[in-house]
Amino acid sequence: MPTKPAGTLYRGKVGMWSWVLHRITGVAIFFFLLVHVLDTSLVRLSPEAYNAVVSTYKTPVVGLGELGLVAAILYHALNGVRVILIDFWRKGVKYQNVMFWVVVAIAFIAFAGFAPRHLIHVFHLG
Amino acid sequence: MSVVIEQPRSPRSRKAANWEKYGWMYMRASGALLVILIFGHLFVNLWVGEGIKAIDFAFVGGKWSNPFWQVWDGLMLWLALIHGTNGMRTIVNDYTSKEGIRKALNIALWGICAVLVVLGTLVILTFDPCPANGIAANLPSFCPAR
Repeated sequence: MPTKPAGTLYRGKVGMWSWVLHRITGVAIFFFLLVHVLDTSLVRLSPEAYNAVVSTYKTPVVGLGELGLVAAILYHALNGVRVILIDFWRKGVKYQNVMFWVVVAIAFIAFAGFAPRHLIHVFHLG
Repeated sequence: MSVVIEQPRSPRSRKAANWEKYGWMYMRASGALLVILIFGHLFVNLWVGEGIKAIDFAFVGGKWSNPFWQVWDGLMLWLALIHGTNGMRTIVNDYTSKEGIRKALNIALWGICAVLVVLGTLVILTFDPCPANGIAANLPSFCPAR
């Protein structure tokens, strides 16, 4: 009796969606990085110029955006470690599915710890 | 097509350096370092003390008076920008169908990367935490003007 193919690493399921998420978060982080190098460069202009721009990072809208940024970085960093393990660890391919859910769990726990603290700072609740 | 896939089982040609391989290796090596550098950056800037509320010129001045953070941030700048630009190059190569557009986008990407790496490096190396043009109250506490 012929057996069904065991499935592939990338088509459908966790393998593909983890890759899609990795791309989307990567692009988002890249565009933030461009802005972040420019805003930080203002320290070379004058303390007032830097403080004026960095104060926008403390507004509610941008403050919430920072939560999204941290979530994107958490996922991209941890899934990147998963990719390295798939490539270099003997059992990486075998455990890639489990490792994805470990990535999601660690990212979720770290985010749950960070978000309240950050929101307290942004909304002056402390 | 932008990406040429060699015939399977064709003899290995050793004409040029395998840049795609070096790029592949760079993404993993820089990625592993960036996990440490960026999580450290987020911890110190967004978690410790007052987090985002405490970030101003005096905060950056205090950090960059220490060679440790100059090296940390300089490494982060170079590794992250090249990592991000190479990732964007991969995406451009995947989704563009016209060779001219692909080339133009990649040249733009590496141009932006070079400008920001040079700008950021100069800022970190020539930074003065106690500039004469600053209002004294905005300067770090160790500046003579305060």
